[in-house]
Amino acid sequence: MTPNGLPKRPSRRFAAITTSLAIGALVLSGCAESQRGDDGGTAGGGDAEVNSTFIFAASSDPASLDPAFASDGESFRVSRQIFEGLVGTEPGTADPAPLLAESWEASEDGLSYDFTLKEGVKFHDGTDFNAEAVCANFDRWYNFKGIQQAESVGYYYNSLFKGYADSPENAVYESCEATSGNQATIKLAKPFAGFIASLSLPAFAMQSPAAMEEFEADKIEGTAEAPVLSEYATAHPTGTGPFKFDSWDNGQQIELSYNEDYWGEKGQIDRLIFRVLDDPVARRQALEAGTIDGYDLVAPADTQALEDAGYKIMAREPFTILYLGINQAVEELADLKVRQAISYAIDKDALIRQTLPEGTEKAIQFIPPVVNGWTEDVEAYDFDPEKAKELLAEAGYPDGFTVDFNYPTGVSRPYMPTPEQIFTNISAQLADVGITANPQPDKWSPDYLDRIQGGANHGIHLLGWTGDYNDTDNFVGVFFGGTKPEFAFDNQELFDKLTEARGIAVLEEQTPLYEEINRDVSELVPAVPLAHPAPSLAFNERVDSFPTSPVNDEVFNDIKLNK
Amino acid sequence: MLQVIGKRLALLVPTLLGLSVLLFLWVRNLPGGPATALLGDKATPEAVARINEAYGFNKPVIEQYMTYMGKLLTGDFGVSLRTGRPVLEEFATRFPATIELTAVALVFAIGLGIPLGYWAARNVGKWQDHFSVLLSLFGIVIPVFFLAFILKWVFAIQLPWFPTDGRQNPRIDATHVTDFYVLDGILTQEWDAAWDAFMHLVLPGIALGTIPLAIIVRITRASVLEVMNADYVRTARAKGLTAPLIRNRFILRNAMLPVTTTIGLQLGLLISGAVLTETVFAFNGIGRFLRDAIFNLDYPVLQGFIIFIALIYSLINLLVDVSYGFIDPRVRVQ
Repeated sequence: MTPNGLPKRPSRRFAAITTSLAIGALVLSGCAESQRGDDGGTAGGGDAEVNSTFIFAASSDPASLDPAFASDGESFRVSRQIFEGLVGTEPGTADPAPLLAESWEASEDGLSYDFTLKEGVKFHDGTDFNAEAVCANFDRWYNFKGIQQAESVGYYYNSLFKGYADSPENAVYESCEATSGNQATIKLAKPFAGFIASLSLPAFAMQSPAAMEEFEADKIEGTAEAPVLSEYATAHPTGTGPFKFDSWDNGQQIELSYNEDYWGEKGQIDRLIFRVLDDPVARRQALEAGTIDGYDLVAPADTQALEDAGYKIMAREPFTILYLGINQAVEELADLKVRQAISYAIDKDALIRQTLPEGTEKAIQFIPPVVNGWTEDVEAYDFDPEKAKELLAEAGYPDGFTVDFNYPTGVSRPYMPTPEQIFTNISAQLADVGITANPQPDKWSPDYLDRIQGGANHGIHLLGWTGDYNDTDNFVGVFFGGTKPEFAFDNQELFDKLTEARGIAVLEEQTPLYEEINRDVSELVPAVPLAHPAPSLAFNERVDSFPTSPVNDEVFNDIKLNK
Repeated sequence: MLQVIGKRLALLVPTLLGLSVLLFLWVRNLPGGPATALLGDKATPEAVARINEAYGFNKPVIEQYMTYMGKLLTGDFGVSLRTGRPVLEEFATRFPATIELTAVALVFAIGLGIPLGYWAARNVGKWQDHFSVLLSLFGIVIPVFFLAFILKWVFAIQLPWFPTDGRQNPRIDATHVTDFYVLDGILTQEWDAAWDAFMHLVLPGIALGTIPLAIIVRITRASVLEVMNADYVRTARAKGLTAPLIRNRFILRNAMLPVTTTIGLQLGLLISGAVLTETVFAFNGIGRFLRDAIFNLDYPVLQGFIIFIALIYSLINLLVDVSYGFIDPRVRVQ
């Protein structure tokens, strides 16, 4: 009893709890040991010491770390650090250049390619990269079965090499033979002019056959729509690239570290982190707060402010096309004169100035100027509202007409950073010649794409494309290779020309045909090419240079840092 | 006491069973069926058939439910459609993050809420009272996501005192043992990592803790006001007990009963608040993952996570009931 007549509080209880907590913490800390190395976090990049950890914001987790089963930009960004293909790109361009293959020679018929491989290259697991490894990779793709063949899984092999071992009649690929340690011969069953260029895609990067076997890279379960990744694709990607995979904290970040046995030159980065930030505003804020060193697809509205604040904006050479699609299933739009009027009514320069990032080029056809077959000799439809009104009157719409204008919301694409602004801009321009746009906004995925590509219920619309590699068919063939609900455009003559061009094995011989096709398209106006927007990246002041690439072939080993 | 706990645990079984039936029926009744929900309206009949086959949607409902329950009981919650990883694994890797966040939010709400409520009650009608009431009103009125944005903009961007996102600065090469980052930092004695992880919790913790804070202030205030004038308090005063003793033993302890109930209920709500807070701060917990699952109709994740959350919610409220016994001896006797 205490003096005030109350029982004494059991303060022993408190003591017991704290003691046991303390003991518990001690026991645990005995098991837990810091795994920190004494790296000090700096790397001697020649003259100046720089912080060797580099953090880049990704907009999502990669879909898969096995690039053969990926097709999205974030997967490819990571795989370009870990893997290398036989073919790379010339820095700053989309043109193929030697990478793991030092040289190659095509047979005259374009059906056989002899690759001479770089020697002394090792995969991250220590196994040799050689001709046998090359053939193992090609044979792996060719032997894809079941859901591995699905468009949502093995997209690029499926769409470029068409057939598999179980459907050889469609296959472009035939066989691969390791003629010596560093010589491989690949035979194609059909000519494929884009073959060498396509090998620069991460989907065709060289992966360690030993690691793929050990971690069962081909063991993909689930369904085509919801594949369950293999252990290899989540935790053991093994390539020859400058960075090795360390860890993937799903939803948080991916960590890579420098591959000490890399055959190429060592860069300044030892630890490379891709941090997942799905909100574009959060990415900008993280850059401003110093949490990240850079991010991709800067909103045009942010570039000026970021530049003023001392951040570095780096624009890629445009390898994109933004167009105003026209659906000819709509009565008014089936009239060529109306489509020409729309073309004349749009002031592309004003549109670019007001809504698209710096570095954007005006488009007069559906391929960027660096792609084979681009020609000045097309109908350019320079801005001329009077002519547009005349054409409308000739077509029987002297007072104009009203049309559905579809655009996506809440999305930012490399070719279309702010669809809402682009819509507002173009609809105002169309209103000036008497065409009233009836706004039809939809959520990007799946609503918008479904509506545009899946049925006839749309009018004029905004869409575009980013090229995967330097191939004309990868642009015009995708849009106008056959009749699609998007345009309801039907011109067998043009379709045939595109099929013919695709089948020509030699690039130079394709050129005149593609120039002709581009001219035809400009006269038929199945859609209006608007611009080749330049996607840009933002970095903090410690980044001196970043290897911008029109096809995103950017290896972080080439980044130059100043501190 | 043990009997009470046992009874309550037994009650959990029908609760969770009922929930599992609801969830099961919900998925089977998605517009167009689960396969169409998964594939979109454009799905080809072959794709729908393939999905139905793969997930067993073409079997009789009772059989489907038995398979589903059988899997649940063996801990097989299926695989996330979005990430292709097991739901249980996705939950387990993210749950520590949400526990950390919720703990900070709760410490903030209780640590500030009870003193503030008591202070308001003791100064009822004066400016201190008005101030507390206004503050709690503000806390209830302001939407969590908006508060999160404002906190982030002011204290992470304009004034760079706190980090903007995530759980840990990636520049700190931290070792993770338990996935409770603050604890990890302490255990491995990487003090910078522990401090950094804590700093990452401050703003989201405040954003998440504001609504419970406001409610705790109000309940504490009302409850203290009621107890303050109770007979036994007057008697204690008359006996000449010291003011701190009266406050701690007589007023606060008795006033804590409704507050404890409120805290228990708030804990469950914190998880729904975490969906918004974790999204704004790109905090990799179950809330953010749940949001992604909703957007992507990742129904195995939704099913699994809802069951886990319900289980946790029930257990927390059981704990709250048990804690009555410690606060109020009368409950123990009953």
